[in-house]
Amino acid sequence: MVAQNIIFGFIASIVALSAFRTVTTRNIVHAALYLVAVLAGLGALYVMLTAEFVATTQFLVYIGAVMVLFLFGIMLTRAPLGHLDDLTGKQWPVALGVATTLGAVLIYALVDAFHAAELPTDPVIYRTADVGDSVFSTYLIPFEAVSVLLLAALIGAVVLARKD
Amino acid sequence: MLGDPLFRNGVDWGDFAVMGVKVVVAFVLLLVATMFMVWFERKFIADMQNRIGPNVAGPWGILQTFADGVKFFFKEDLRPANADPLVFRLAPYISAVTAFLAFSIVPIGGVFRDGEADTGTVTLFGKVTYLQVADPPIGILLLLAVSSIAVYGVMLAGWSSGSKYPLLGSVRASAQAISYEAALGMSVVAVVLLAGSLSTHDITAGQAGGVRTWYVLSAGIVPFVIFLIAATAELNRPPFDLVEAEQELVGGFHTEYSSIRFALFFLAEFMNVVTMSAIMVTLFFGGPAGPVLFGMTWFWPTVWFFAKVLVFLAMFIWFRATLPRLRYDQLMNLGWKVLIPLALGWLLVRATILQVDEGTIDPVIAIIVGILAAGACFLLFTAALTAGDRAYERDQALQEQALQEQALQERAVQDQALQERAVQEQAVQEREGSR
Repeated sequence: MVAQNIIFGFIASIVALSAFRTVTTRNIVHAALYLVAVLAGLGALYVMLTAEFVATTQFLVYIGAVMVLFLFGIMLTRAPLGHLDDLTGKQWPVALGVATTLGAVLIYALVDAFHAAELPTDPVIYRTADVGDSVFSTYLIPFEAVSVLLLAALIGAVVLARKD
Repeated sequence: MLGDPLFRNGVDWGDFAVMGVKVVVAFVLLLVATMFMVWFERKFIADMQNRIGPNVAGPWGILQTFADGVKFFFKEDLRPANADPLVFRLAPYISAVTAFLAFSIVPIGGVFRDGEADTGTVTLFGKVTYLQVADPPIGILLLLAVSSIAVYGVMLAGWSSGSKYPLLGSVRASAQAISYEAALGMSVVAVVLLAGSLSTHDITAGQAGGVRTWYVLSAGIVPFVIFLIAATAELNRPPFDLVEAEQELVGGFHTEYSSIRFALFFLAEFMNVVTMSAIMVTLFFGGPAGPVLFGMTWFWPTVWFFAKVLVFLAMFIWFRATLPRLRYDQLMNLGWKVLIPLALGWLLVRATILQVDEGTIDPVIAIIVGILAAGACFLLFTAALTAGDRAYERDQALQEQALQEQALQERAVQDQALQERAVQEQAVQEREGSR
């Protein structure tokens, strides 16, 4: 368990540092890359929890698609090299307050729910097949609801983007 | 999965030795294969174009790639003045590392027998293991994840160069990669459906029962064709090489790169060709499956595997020598309007056939519902496409009209100016005449 704790601490500190740099850096592409580091770190934490499918999905969807689209959008519009002075908006103190409150609530909820519970030393491993089985049996209706929601979002985006 | 993947019972030196040997062998093998591929491409394409190709370095010029590599090491490492220093240096490594990673899930040998539980194993340092660097349970998803990360190398290289052509190249690259990744993933799903597992080892084991069980036949030819087209697009190989279209973009994303950093991009590109060929062999052509001709049983699967990979490598070169580059709108149309719907539709058809075979669905009902659903989907899809085309034509017509009106106005202004000038000249002449 010692090795796991050390690796967790290492990854978690990288994630925290990258998250901090995401909001403080003055270069918009660097900010996106720090966000990639945050998401990759979270993927690594999923691997440590033996949630291999979630980890791969994290890489595939968030890093491979969402962040690529972010960068694509940036490059299609301005793609500025170097620092932008107006990258930090005027409302940053408000945003800081919101973020701190949210973080405090989440930490309180986690601590309140689990107290000092320890992870089992010999956990049950849920394989990709188990995840697939439960998504398409127990959680079928929520799964379909989410896909309808995504379809609605897709059509909404098309409607908004088209002029006529 | 074999034995103890999480090493719950501890790790001994045998595990380290097995892992080390596998990693080193895979690394060297891929590097040599890539060097050979670069030479093979130049030589083969030269033959197709009635040229000789590299012929000075070594016999048949086979050491040409090695000589080029050494040369790249000694060239000056240039960086444009307004490039982003950190990202500019990072990008080639992202490309190279992802190219290496994807190969780790390919089983390159091992005797697979049909119906055996743990087949295709070898014994190394007293450990029973597979002939592949890693056999993660997510298997083929790792390939998709890695190839989606590989886009970053190209994209960041283009952006960080701080110049126009690379930026255009990387914008094209990211759009192309996102478009074809969907088709690539969906064509793999048909194979995963039949294999019942994502692991590349299990997919290979599922094809051990002769040519009839190879997924290129048993999944129908469609997923393979889609995978081949989408993989060619993912590799930025001709006819999908818009990313580095030299007539339009100089060199595309690597225009500003020189010396060993350029070599890394070059290496990654050819390495990805080798890896994708190996993946196609694994997914659709039985991997190392093949007859043992004589002697050494363990040796032949590897020979068959590389023979099949070689066929695909030759095919990629043949594509390059024959096919003209697609236009950008053709590329997008092919990806979104043909490959993705086809992959989805075929997946449904194959899944239904599988269920009918297992006896869960009555064939008659399946056929009736299938025809109705297919008709409805086809009508909806064509309706959407024609609506889109009509809107596009209307936009074009409006634009053209606006342009024509503008041209008419300009001509009217010009005519007026000409007339005024003629009147003035006449007046001048009259004045001179009267004088």
